[in-house]
Amino acid sequence: MSYTVPKLADFSAAALDSAVRELVSALEQESAAVSSENDWKAFRDRWIARKNGILTQLNDLWLKAAPGPNKRDVGQRVNALKPRVEQAVDATLARIQSGVSSGKLAAERVDITLPGIRRPLGAEHPVIKTMNEMIGVFRNLGYSVEEGPEIETDFYNFEALNFPPNHPARDTQDTLFIAGQESKPLRDRLLLRTHTSPVQIRTMQKMKPPVRVVCPGKVHRNDALDATHSPIFHQIEGLAVDTSITFCDLKGTLDHAMKAMFGSSVKTRFYPSFFPFTEPSADVQISCIFCDGKGMRDGAPCRNCKASGWIELLGCGMVDPNVYGFVDYDPTKVSGFAFGMGVERIAILKYGVDDIQLFFQGDVRFLEQFG
Amino acid sequence: MKISPHWLRDFVDLPVDYARLADELTLAGIAVESVSGEGNNTVFEMDITTNRPDAMNHYGVAREASALYDLPLKPIAPKLPPSEGKSDVTIDIQEPGLCPRFTAREIRGATIRPSPANIASRLQLIDQRPISNAVDATNYVLWESGKPTHVFDLDLLEGRRLIIRKAQAGETLKTLDGVERKLSADDLVVADAKKPVGLAGVMGGFDTMITERTKNILIESAWWDPVTVRRMSKRHGLHTDASHRFERGADFESTVVSTNRVAELILNSGGGTLIGNVIDVIARQLDLAPVELDLREVQRILGEKLSTLEISRTLTRLGFTMLPGSEDTYLVHIPSWRLDIEREIDIIEELARLHGYDKFANTLPAYIGEVRDLPDAHKDERLRSSLLALGYNEAISLTFISKADARRFSTAAELDLANPLSDEASVMRTSMVPSMLNMLAYNLNRGTDNVRLFESGNVFEASGTDAMPRELKRISIGATGSVDADVVRGLVSGAAARPFSFFDLKGDAETLLAPFSHWTLYYDAQLHNEKPDSKKSADYYHPGRYARAVLDGTTVAQFGQIHPDVATARKLRQDVFVAEIYLDQLYQHDLREARYEALPRFPAVERDFSFLFNDGVEFEKIHQSVSGLAIAELRSFVPVEIFRGEKVGAGKYSILMRARLQSSERTLRDDEVAQWSGQIAQALEGLGGAQRA
Ligand SMILES: [Zn+2]
Repeated sequence: MSYTVPKLADFSAAALDSAVRELVSALEQESAAVSSENDWKAFRDRWIARKNGILTQLNDLWLKAAPGPNKRDVGQRVNALKPRVEQAVDATLARIQSGVSSGKLAAERVDITLPGIRRPLGAEHPVIKTMNEMIGVFRNLGYSVEEGPEIETDFYNFEALNFPPNHPARDTQDTLFIAGQESKPLRDRLLLRTHTSPVQIRTMQKMKPPVRVVCPGKVHRNDALDATHSPIFHQIEGLAVDTSITFCDLKGTLDHAMKAMFGSSVKTRFYPSFFPFTEPSADVQISCIFCDGKGMRDGAPCRNCKASGWIELLGCGMVDPNVYGFVDYDPTKVSGFAFGMGVERIAILKYGVDDIQLFFQGDVRFLEQFG
Repeated sequence: MKISPHWLRDFVDLPVDYARLADELTLAGIAVESVSGEGNNTVFEMDITTNRPDAMNHYGVAREASALYDLPLKPIAPKLPPSEGKSDVTIDIQEPGLCPRFTAREIRGATIRPSPANIASRLQLIDQRPISNAVDATNYVLWESGKPTHVFDLDLLEGRRLIIRKAQAGETLKTLDGVERKLSADDLVVADAKKPVGLAGVMGGFDTMITERTKNILIESAWWDPVTVRRMSKRHGLHTDASHRFERGADFESTVVSTNRVAELILNSGGGTLIGNVIDVIARQLDLAPVELDLREVQRILGEKLSTLEISRTLTRLGFTMLPGSEDTYLVHIPSWRLDIEREIDIIEELARLHGYDKFANTLPAYIGEVRDLPDAHKDERLRSSLLALGYNEAISLTFISKADARRFSTAAELDLANPLSDEASVMRTSMVPSMLNMLAYNLNRGTDNVRLFESGNVFEASGTDAMPRELKRISIGATGSVDADVVRGLVSGAAARPFSFFDLKGDAETLLAPFSHWTLYYDAQLHNEKPDSKKSADYYHPGRYARAVLDGTTVAQFGQIHPDVATARKLRQDVFVAEIYLDQLYQHDLREARYEALPRFPAVERDFSFLFNDGVEFEKIHQSVSGLAIAELRSFVPVEIFRGEKVGAGKYSILMRARLQSSERTLRDDEVAQWSGQIAQALEGLGGAQRA
């Protein structure tokens, strides 16, 4: 930026022409060099600032210095330069504001490879997520959702489910009991429900068939927390009672539900089991979702199904007629089935979790994996 | 429980290999969990359901195989030499209700020695330790036919008689395991003339057991009342192979054959002489009532018709007898070993399992009823999705807390567990806060210092003696660490992490509560009392950074920073924030229904007010006094900037507030805006505020 207003010695027309040319050329060059608003402000001030701007200097160095006979000529030329400079200043601003200046855009460039400002979402708990998916499957089959208390009476948790007092089947339930119940009759004593089956009884007590419900919820067992045991876990149980529900319907319903949950290629296998509140009772296996039921995976025995090709998933059966006696249904007129499954077990399978304790520690490093 | 399939061949000619047998037994309900070993040494690990004590032995499993493959089952028929003379041993059943049958047999002059190899190796294969020929004979019979028996050294029994009676208080019995047990009148014992010599159905006595010196033996095989055996087994903490079977129900008709089978095995290995006949005392006959089976009922329950041929074949192989009745009905007689079969449905299950569950078709039942959601499902879902969107991770903690925590974090009456897992988990939680603090600490201790969690669950409170405990639905929220923790400092102007604060939590609480319809919602710092008359309060919160949310007069939430003393005591090494939402209260309110309101057509005017106040003047007070002016056009009056520090002086703060004025009918005139601004300024001055330039 070398241009400075020269002091003129020669005020001839030719000399003035040359001086004006020089100035205009400097003006154009400097205008072209402006690439930002800051540049432009400096450019503007240099040329048209009232105090010591180039236009002002022209007055002092050219007009005032001009000898009498030349004053008129110099005056005309300086006056003509004024709008020209002002126009150049305006045009320069318009140019940079029009956004076409690649220089301006380049200066505004950010490093887009830096991480964005994220507002992390919370993660759904894998057990609740799995439970909701399962509820969704049965909702689509016409099942309503029912809940019941986590602290139950012996009646609802055992007696009405055909676990008579002193029956060995009670031993399989590892029950946690509420203290201070000794003075009550056995059926009124409080305990932490060991399954969500009491909700089935409460549902049948309050409504007549047809019944289609799923009962999700928390259950408790007297098991210390370790990698494979937990004193709390979640269950989903289902119940269908109607005038003509059969064992074939039980099989078809669960086969459909397992396909909806694990994919349409999954097969189911039913084999006899024992639950006091169902008869006939069955355990259900699905074909292993890890090895497609082959028992082998990548040339090695499948660990998930212990090479059997099958994974045990749930228990079920036709509602035992004794249960109907507790809820005032006529077992000669209605029939039905019930099924139940552990949600943690399914979540463990789905996500390959190897330690059940992880579900109950609130460890963010674990939970975030399900976001 | 282990089964040797080779042993099964004593009773049935198996048509399949052992792997296939294992599979097919499992599909018929006799579950083989795993198969190990090879050839004759193959062993099945069984998982027999609790209702099938009859199948917890080789003969029982062989019977299932005979039904499965429709093959004959060979009987157990002990071959005994002729007996000599007459036994003078007497049996005196004083408790016929609890011991309906007691069978015994005397052997004299036997030699006690190790069992022969064929017996010992069979026992070893199924993990039973051989002891001596006489003891092994009882064990062999237990695993062969399922009937527990016992052998006494007859010379150690006093009075040559056995009495089945209740124990007397003060009596003791040293059982075979060497433990001296105190007996009570609830115990049923086998006694000789002087003393108890066995805990009925559970374990024999130490002092009358078979030893190397034993010459004369008394064999016992009885039938014991299942409930009595179960209670004794529990009371004495003594679960034995015998009690396991008796409490599930033994075969009433097997006492004689099992006695004779034990005698046969002892005589074969130890010699000796059988004295007299079997002594079989039946105090009460135990008959299993026959069951009526209607073939139409089979089809109604199972959904498919089974042929009469298949039904009769299956039942016969299993030991049932089927007599035709009227029309489609039959009278089915139950074999003595099937105490689990009492009703028609029990028979139907037998038919279904031997038919093969997988042979039944898969059908879907028709249904035209309603599908209902839980009443609060939409509210639950709304809160949950908001919490997830706000960045809180969903957590689940155990339902139990320590007694100390229950008292510290709640005033509610807690419910104790009778058999808690530990002191730390001895009561049902009365507050969600302790477990939330534990989860926060768990994360901090593992180097995660930025944590957001929420948990939805019940707290439990004892109510009157007869009423069910109260289960109250709560959400707890826990937060600690920074906001924008991962933002690159200087990335854009002002970008930086900052500590999570009370106001972050309050904002989240506001977001969560906003969807619930209400007339009034305010926040105050009055410590929330679970019970208004109680002195105790939520003093686990920082007294200066605590608030409760009051919606239409009801406390629906409380939240704040955890008291530093509480945090220190729980080894929380940074500030933690917790919120509790009382869903039982909040859910009294419906979710707000979205309603359209016309958008404003006239411009709004904003006016700023910069004031200096004493610290004691809360914004809520300022807001109330401005709203108190009842300027209809005042749409909002909000704080914009707060400043404290040297410039404004101690005990004071400067606040910039913004009023937004707007009419839905017209453009506001300058003079009316000026007049309202004047009123607002005056109201602020009325609170001691000084207007700043
Ligand atoms: Zn597999």
